[in-house]
Amino acid sequence: MSWELDNDRPIYLQLMDRIRQDIIASLYRPGEKLPSVRELALIASVNPNTMQKALSELEREGLVYSQRTSGRFITEDEKMLKQLKDELAFEQIRKFFEQMKQLGFQEEETLSLIQKTLKREA
Amino acid sequence: MKPILECRELSKKYNNISYALNSLNLTLERGQIVGLLGPNGSGKTTLIKLINGLLIPTGGEVLIDGMAPGVKTKKIVSYLPERTYLDESMKVKDIISYFADFYDDFVTERAYQMLRDLEIRAEVRLRTLSKGTKEKLQLILVMSRDASLYVLDEPIGGVDPAARDYILRTILTNYNEDAAILLSTHLIHDIENILDRVVFIRQGQLALNATVDEIRMEQGKSIDSLFREVFRC
Repeated sequence: MSWELDNDRPIYLQLMDRIRQDIIASLYRPGEKLPSVRELALIASVNPNTMQKALSELEREGLVYSQRTSGRFITEDEKMLKQLKDELAFEQIRKFFEQMKQLGFQEEETLSLIQKTLKREA
Repeated sequence: MKPILECRELSKKYNNISYALNSLNLTLERGQIVGLLGPNGSGKTTLIKLINGLLIPTGGEVLIDGMAPGVKTKKIVSYLPERTYLDESMKVKDIISYFADFYDDFVTERAYQMLRDLEIRAEVRLRTLSKGTKEKLQLILVMSRDASLYVLDEPIGGVDPAARDYILRTILTNYNEDAAILLSTHLIHDIENILDRVVFIRQGQLALNATVDEIRMEQGKSIDSLFREVFRC
């Protein structure tokens, strides 16, 4: 299965997002080896050079590191992983509030609606 | 290392009046998958035929690994023409051994693997195959070579979406950094994610030459949308 990608953003940025998400979702564990660029490119159905760029950028951010001959690994820095997880959560929440705003709900209203929904589900 | 493809002021005039290609300058480096895009009649197939020595330039030159098209370049260029040229009375397996005899870089095992993947039987004669299956077979032959330059004229036009995915995967699997792939297509949306770079040509001239992500970064839109905009009728 190829990865779902948008039309309007650079592909390598979307690949970075997807890999970050996969790390947060524990698809890859801290310290685990990532598949090779070629394998990942095939899985995602994207150009290998674009995948290479995405991984180099993640490496620059410190989320993955490479060992000269044996490939790329996920960072074992738990603090960094926790921080990334929080950032992604904030981002989702910000997006959600933005969408609610477009529907005409102020933040207070949205908050109380969230509580209402949670109560109903429980 | 010399660029795998270089066009210098390349021109082709048909019947002495209209330019199909007009002073085209284009250089392709190895390790790239390049989309050759343009509306009908923009000169894509003319360029491809010039690269393969099927047409002689009216002006300028085209060089493959520094050489003019000829016997030596045909050894390193694997070409998928827009139309099939295979002998209909031959069996699939005979075509494969024919190609293996003809090209030093042909990998028979890879061809049979792809036949199995696409469920094409080696024992049957070509004339019994559907149009789409014939196109798949032709692509198998072309991708089974370890060439330095693959030139594919509309490789996915006539096949169903599932086979299209397989073909794109085949292109990705066979990709290596010493080779370049130049492919023309109208199905931009389907191939956009596997391309490094796109080359737009319009009326025989270069209209754009940029990487896919450069275009997305600068224009905030896909190659497909950009194409529709640039070539709006």
